Amino acid sequence: MTEHTETILDANAVERTLRRMAGEIVEANGGTDNLIIVGIQRRGVQLADRIVALINASDGVTVPRGALDITLYRDDLQTIGPRPVVGATDIPGAIDGSTVVIVDDVLFTGRTIRAALDELADFGRPARIELAVLIDRGGRELPIQPDVVGRKVEARPGDRVDVLVEDLDGRSAVVLVSKRFE
Amino acid sequence: MTAAAPLGKDLLGLEPLSGEQITLILDTAEPFKEISERAIKKVPTLRGSTVVNLFFENSTRTRVSFEFAEKRLSADTVNVAASASSVSKGETLVDTARNLEAMRIDMVVMRHPSSGAAAFLAERIESNVINAGDGTHEHPTQGLLDLLTLRDHFNKIEGLRVCICGDVLHSRVARSNIWGLRKLGAEVAVCGPRSLLPSAIDEMGVTVFSRIEDAIEWSDALNVLRLQLERMTSGYIPSLREYNRYFGVTRERLERAPRDVLILHPGPMNRGVEIDSDVADGPHSVILPQVTNGVAVRMAVLYLLSGGRPEMAEAAKTGKSGGAA
Repeated sequence: MTEHTETILDANAVERTLRRMAGEIVEANGGTDNLIIVGIQRRGVQLADRIVALINASDGVTVPRGALDITLYRDDLQTIGPRPVVGATDIPGAIDGSTVVIVDDVLFTGRTIRAALDELADFGRPARIELAVLIDRGGRELPIQPDVVGRKVEARPGDRVDVLVEDLDGRSAVVLVSKRFE
Repeated sequence: MTAAAPLGKDLLGLEPLSGEQITLILDTAEPFKEISERAIKKVPTLRGSTVVNLFFENSTRTRVSFEFAEKRLSADTVNVAASASSVSKGETLVDTARNLEAMRIDMVVMRHPSSGAAAFLAERIESNVINAGDGTHEHPTQGLLDLLTLRDHFNKIEGLRVCICGDVLHSRVARSNIWGLRKLGAEVAVCGPRSLLPSAIDEMGVTVFSRIEDAIEWSDALNVLRLQLERMTSGYIPSLREYNRYFGVTRERLERAPRDVLILHPGPMNRGVEIDSDVADGPHSVILPQVTNGVAVRMAVLYLLSGGRPEMAEAAKTGKSGGAA
């Protein structure tokens, strides 16, 4: 069995995709008023930072950016055990009445987003919560759908979709890793 | 990316842990600090877990701190105090714990007057055991919160000079501090009247000061221990007044130090005995941040000891029980 690696988006394609996503977020909300962009640890935070920078470049407004670590809201602690590294959660100011856009790298089963929705509810009652993901790879186990999608990818259950970001991985790309019997 | 039981089943002391494990607990405590600052101070992490706080000795702050930590993680908690329990009717420790376990508990947080009681219990029950102080042996979560408070202030532990002052002989806090600090690379000293230092203290790899002035001059931080008046049945010190005169941490003594010395105290304080009020309430005191950190560190320990039972995943798959997955 060998690992087969295929680049889905290179650095330029990631940049173009994020720019389109940033535009769609602003367009869907009729501007940037009351908007808060919240990235899910860890790579969702990096992507949220870039979306905030792209909105700033196009609209001249700095949208507040938050971070959410959903580790403590997972539903598999009893079976899998504690994740050793819990990241920081940082929600900028009150979210009551605002539009929160959750940003994550890959949408798969939807369980991470379920946990993120539960965690956000502990911080207040936004008027609206939207979901923006760079990659939607299908395979949902919960009734959760994204509002803004960078790219849809057909991935089989055993495949891995890796989103690489500058700060953590040294380069920006999206890679599909599949195991194949040759 | 997952590792079941990164600390093993129990937290009995800091002596059995590696420096990496201690650092993991401190790192895990960081995000837990934020939870206590939220409007809704609660995460669902330990929902459905039952924790028993089994206290064979009086304690308010440690018990309350554990209880807050458990409740902010959504665990169900029960407090059992020895005086009110069947222990006073002659039941053994193991029988008490096994009876609690028969009611399907997940963790026991225990304080006990005998050194080694936590280890004794941990070998005999399946639940996770957290030592909340056993005799004069260890009080690991106090050691951890002291380490976290030092790290918050100095951004490191390695190379720090920390002196533990006062009643080291009766102090499990001192022992947990010495183990924890040394494993993370700090230099450790103790200072106190010889009658209140263990006879084999030199073997723990610490410097011994017999004058508090020398200790203050050497130190980056002082951990001032409580004079455990209730454990002193006879003649360790001539009088409290004399103790304060020779070993009390006073503003005058600190002002003569070559640098600002951080002041820690595990509480409860005997003001005017081991520590003066203007030191305890002074600008270099981190006594209240210690208390705040206590909750975060205990949440981290509860989290790191919990879960990780693959057999529950199997049971959930075959529909035999309502597993969490």
